[in-house]
Amino acid sequence: MAEEDIIQMVKGRFPDKAMEARQASPNRVYINVKKEDARDVVGYLFQELGGRLITASGVDTRAGIEILYHMAFDKKQYKIVTVRALVPKAFPEIDSMAIVIPGAAWIEREIHDLFGVNFIGHPDLRRLILADDWPEGKYPYLREEKA
Amino acid sequence: MGIKTWALKKSPWVFHLNTGSCNNCDIEILDALTPRFDLERFGILLVGSPRHADALLVTGPVTMQAAPRLRHVYEQAAKPCLVIAVGSCACSCGIFDGSYHIVGPVDKIIPVNIYIPGCPPKPEAIISGVMKALNSL
Amino acid sequence: MTIIPIGPYHPSLEEPELFRLTVEGEKIVDCDWKTSYNHRGIERIAEGKTYDQCLFLVERVCGICSASHPIAFCNAVEDMAGIEIPERARYIRSIIAELERLHSHLLWFGLAGHYIGYNTVWMWAWRYREPILYLFEKITGNRQSYAMMKVGGVRQDIKDEDLPDIMKVVDDLEPKLNMFIGVALDDPVLAARMKGVGKFSREDAINYCVVGPTARAAGIDMDVRRDEPYAAYDRVDWKVILGESGDVLSQAVVRLLELLESVKIIRQCLREMPHGPISVEVPEILPGEGIGREEAPRGECFHYVRSDGGNCPVRLKIRAPTYNNIPTYKVRVIGETISDATIILASIDPCYSCTERMIRVVEQGRETMGWSDLLTLSQEKTKRIMREMGFNEEDAFRGLRI
Repeated sequence: MAEEDIIQMVKGRFPDKAMEARQASPNRVYINVKKEDARDVVGYLFQELGGRLITASGVDTRAGIEILYHMAFDKKQYKIVTVRALVPKAFPEIDSMAIVIPGAAWIEREIHDLFGVNFIGHPDLRRLILADDWPEGKYPYLREEKA
Repeated sequence: MGIKTWALKKSPWVFHLNTGSCNNCDIEILDALTPRFDLERFGILLVGSPRHADALLVTGPVTMQAAPRLRHVYEQAAKPCLVIAVGSCACSCGIFDGSYHIVGPVDKIIPVNIYIPGCPPKPEAIISGVMKALNSL
Repeated sequence: MTIIPIGPYHPSLEEPELFRLTVEGEKIVDCDWKTSYNHRGIERIAEGKTYDQCLFLVERVCGICSASHPIAFCNAVEDMAGIEIPERARYIRSIIAELERLHSHLLWFGLAGHYIGYNTVWMWAWRYREPILYLFEKITGNRQSYAMMKVGGVRQDIKDEDLPDIMKVVDDLEPKLNMFIGVALDDPVLAARMKGVGKFSREDAINYCVVGPTARAAGIDMDVRRDEPYAAYDRVDWKVILGESGDVLSQAVVRLLELLESVKIIRQCLREMPHGPISVEVPEILPGEGIGREEAPRGECFHYVRSDGGNCPVRLKIRAPTYNNIPTYKVRVIGETISDATIILASIDPCYSCTERMIRVVEQGRETMGWSDLLTLSQEKTKRIMREMGFNEEDAFRGLRI
């Protein structure tokens, strides 16, 4: 099965990394990885399998902040592979993808603005989305901030 | 009617300012200037600097980043200067009301002369609004 | 060293921007940006709205793409809940999306003409855009923000008695489009002005993950309509237009030829649209997540929806196409002259009206050049090229005949 393929390929490439994969529908694959492994897995999808980074999303959940990297494979059966990493709220840090994929620079700056996640090794983590006079240390997309 | 008002009414030049709009109102304003509606027949001309403007067409809810710039542009414009809020968002924030990054409708920042509601207002409505603003002087 | 700010206004979701071009003499050596002017926190507002209300919200992400975002959102919710929409709704979605592409590309072509000093093109292109807006008003009741889409189908039917009218507008439009294409491809001045300007390589396109006509102009074969067919795109015959060099000219050509493909798609959809229901009952939405994509006029539009089983999404992530395309501006503009800065920015087709205003040259704190001056600079370059080629201004767009 072509759909099974991608999961097997990623697992085969990183046998020592713990991950859990789910085939949501024929063309949607979700792979949960540890945050230390996210850069390796996304880098593999981008550089070796020729995926295109659509964007990254941050989601605030009870367990922590989820960072999702959505990779598109336009010519393959599995259209979108989403790599999900959980970042604890106490230490919101994850390796930056912008070093591997220049196109990730903006979206990581945005997540930094909105969720306060620190991307380690990001070349330029200045404010992008929020206003110049937005108060420091306030992150509008975190649950506590919801009015 | 003083000489300033007379001069203003003769051929009002407008400066168009987007403070967080979704583009709808902006393209309808541009549309009003193109051949089908042709605002220029009333002597209305779109200009590139607020210093040349007799009227400001403001579209969109005012975002935090845009608010100080809006005030700045209004201060730059030569008075008397009409302020026309185009579209529901400029009049009342519309669907974006209550967002963390929105300061408020245009009249919270600068005084507004005419409100043109609609999402987006049709070019006919914009033309009618501008003409009403001029006739009210 | 002088710094020129372009911007700051930009009207799409997260795309308002201020570019700071660093120039030495005429040449651009660096570029930096600041956005947030139009950040309205739409993703946050969506978390307090029901799925039905969200549609009206995402429609207002961008006024020009006001069919694309709702379709992408519907695709995402339908992906999450496993909904199949009826055949007729698929065709109606395609018709609306392609009409939108027509009006958006015409809008782009007009403004691109304006930026290089062909105001005639602007007025002509926008004139031929009007009948499409008239069609929208006839079909949907509004010129922009059509409110046609809903989860599980479409909100309104296209009436049978409207079909001949739509066909007629499209038929009338086609010769005009051919005229535009002929003019754009044959005009030597346009070629001199756009060819080789703002180039970027295939590698840059891949690294920056660009989408839509910007990617296709650089030779990257991608189009969501074909790669992951939604609506009725797998039921009609059309082709993806590809460019080669990624310069401004190839972007213009890709967009212009896409207009004809859109006309082709609309004709087939009108002819083959089956009768039947236009929407299905939406089941209760269970906890889960879904991804929807749509090929907007500017490129792939992406929505990610997460539900906890309630009435409202717990997270909605929207990625508009310009978001990925804008960062390439840096690689494209460095090394070019200031007079080309406007047309290179324009070629990405960032939702426009932003670039219309507020561009100032600040030299030692003193304003020396406004947006209109920069525009004049760009237009003067076109005139200079014309003179060098032995044309006079009356010769411009000789092909432009009704």
